Amino acid sequence: MGMMGKTMDDFLIRALIGGIGVAIISGPLGCLVVWQRMTYFGAALSHAALLGVALGFFLEINPALSILLVSILVSCLLLLMERYHQLASDTTLGILAHGALAIGVIILGLMPTLRIDLMSYLFGDILTIDWKDVIWIYLGGVTIMLILALIWRPLLSLIIQKELALVDGIKETRIRVAFLFLLSISIAVSMQVVGILLIVSLLIIPAAAARRFSTSPEQMAIFSIVVGVTSVVLGLWMSLGFDTPAGPSMVFSASVIFGFSFLAKKRN
Amino acid sequence: MGSLSDHHVMDSEHKNAPPLLSLHGISVQRQSGFLIENITLTVQQGEILTVVGPNGAGKSTLVKVSLGLIEPDTGHVETTPNLKIGYVPQNVDIDETFPITVGRFLQLNDKHSHYELLRILEQVNAENLIYSPLQAISGGELRRVLLARALLKKPELLILDEPTAGVDVSGQAEIFTLIQAIRDQQNCGILLISHDLHIVMAGTDKVVCLNRHLCCSGTPEHVQQHPEFIALFGQSHATKFAIYAHHHDHSHDSRGRILHSHEIDNGDDGENHG
Repeated sequence: MGMMGKTMDDFLIRALIGGIGVAIISGPLGCLVVWQRMTYFGAALSHAALLGVALGFFLEINPALSILLVSILVSCLLLLMERYHQLASDTTLGILAHGALAIGVIILGLMPTLRIDLMSYLFGDILTIDWKDVIWIYLGGVTIMLILALIWRPLLSLIIQKELALVDGIKETRIRVAFLFLLSISIAVSMQVVGILLIVSLLIIPAAAARRFSTSPEQMAIFSIVVGVTSVVLGLWMSLGFDTPAGPSMVFSASVIFGFSFLAKKRN
Repeated sequence: MGSLSDHHVMDSEHKNAPPLLSLHGISVQRQSGFLIENITLTVQQGEILTVVGPNGAGKSTLVKVSLGLIEPDTGHVETTPNLKIGYVPQNVDIDETFPITVGRFLQLNDKHSHYELLRILEQVNAENLIYSPLQAISGGELRRVLLARALLKKPELLILDEPTAGVDVSGQAEIFTLIQAIRDQQNCGILLISHDLHIVMAGTDKVVCLNRHLCCSGTPEHVQQHPEFIALFGQSHATKFAIYAHHHDHSHDSRGRILHSHEIDNGDDGENHG
């Protein structure tokens, strides 16, 4: 992540473009997480991403790629558990996710030559992202938006009433696997921006703040993007002006916007 | 279960037409045992079939098999070709954070004109709800909206899962009236599932009593006197069994005794496993 020889403006522009990309991805996905009451699922999945980070170092591949692989693996395991045990409870979710987190930390600890700053993975390090990272974010973003456009309506139907959707011929497994795949991509590309501990906040807080202004699902998705982008910009500004860590500053900004949303009259 | 004739044109004399839906010896088995065992029943065009049974009797399994959502372990399900089924589920469970109006809900999967939506909502007395959030309407209103959604599909068979559960007495009356009107106007077949043993709607042609296996079936009057029905729900429940008639404020039991609606409603809520 060579910052040498680059101007101050350069890294700021990258952080801004990358952060905005993540906020755009997180808007609609965050709404879907909130509507499906999957906050804990999202948190667990993102915590497991630390195993992805460790594997990235171990196998010497791009961490975004290894995080994606681990997230998909964990999602598939959870889907299978749900299929054979009726439902994956919070407990099994926690065991799987934190087991993976622990293995990740152990692997990192076993690599004596590696000196990494764990904090930057836990809370993000957006100011150090390079153009390759930005390209990853936008490639992921385009993939997410394309697939999301395809599964949006059937997924909404499933959320409202599963049996009605099934009777209408909607393929539940296919849609749910696709959604978990999108969630995995978003975790992989968000990791560097806000860190694995705060990914889920960037998903759910803008969605929650947008709720009071929205009368339709699409409106809420768009307002979530607006709140997310605003939080990223405010967070970066705060980070520069007051030398606060960037990721937590973005989440803090989003929380403040959420607080202010209560002043608005609920529309629906 | 008349013999299946080759022509599928529904004539007015529906008894001669093949049934819309027939279940032949359906069993569904899970590790815990049979959910339903050897169920055979048919629904004809223009017929209302009510399935009553206590909780855990396999009613929802029966619905899922009829809808084609569960493959039975034995037996087979037969429908007329390209049968259009309208399904009214028991409930929707949407999070408060999901912003959706009744109007949008009705056309989530298929586009319908605003006029069409209003017309169908009028049919279920819910036209004033078109802009209401789905979470903000009452249980009875929700049931009518779900009914409207099913009607938009112009169904030949309506499957109603506990359409009056959790609805107050006047709301129940309204829903029963509606169901009967829909049957009379559209001449569709109706499969109605109910755990409410005390009230079986007046328009019901046939009652099937389910307790994993098929206890008994026949006209409402026949079923309520059946020994298995009495054994299952107890004598007191069986005698309280009433037939809801929508043009009156009361109904009659088998001996012609008048049952007022509060009497109909004041028994246990039918969850008694005799």
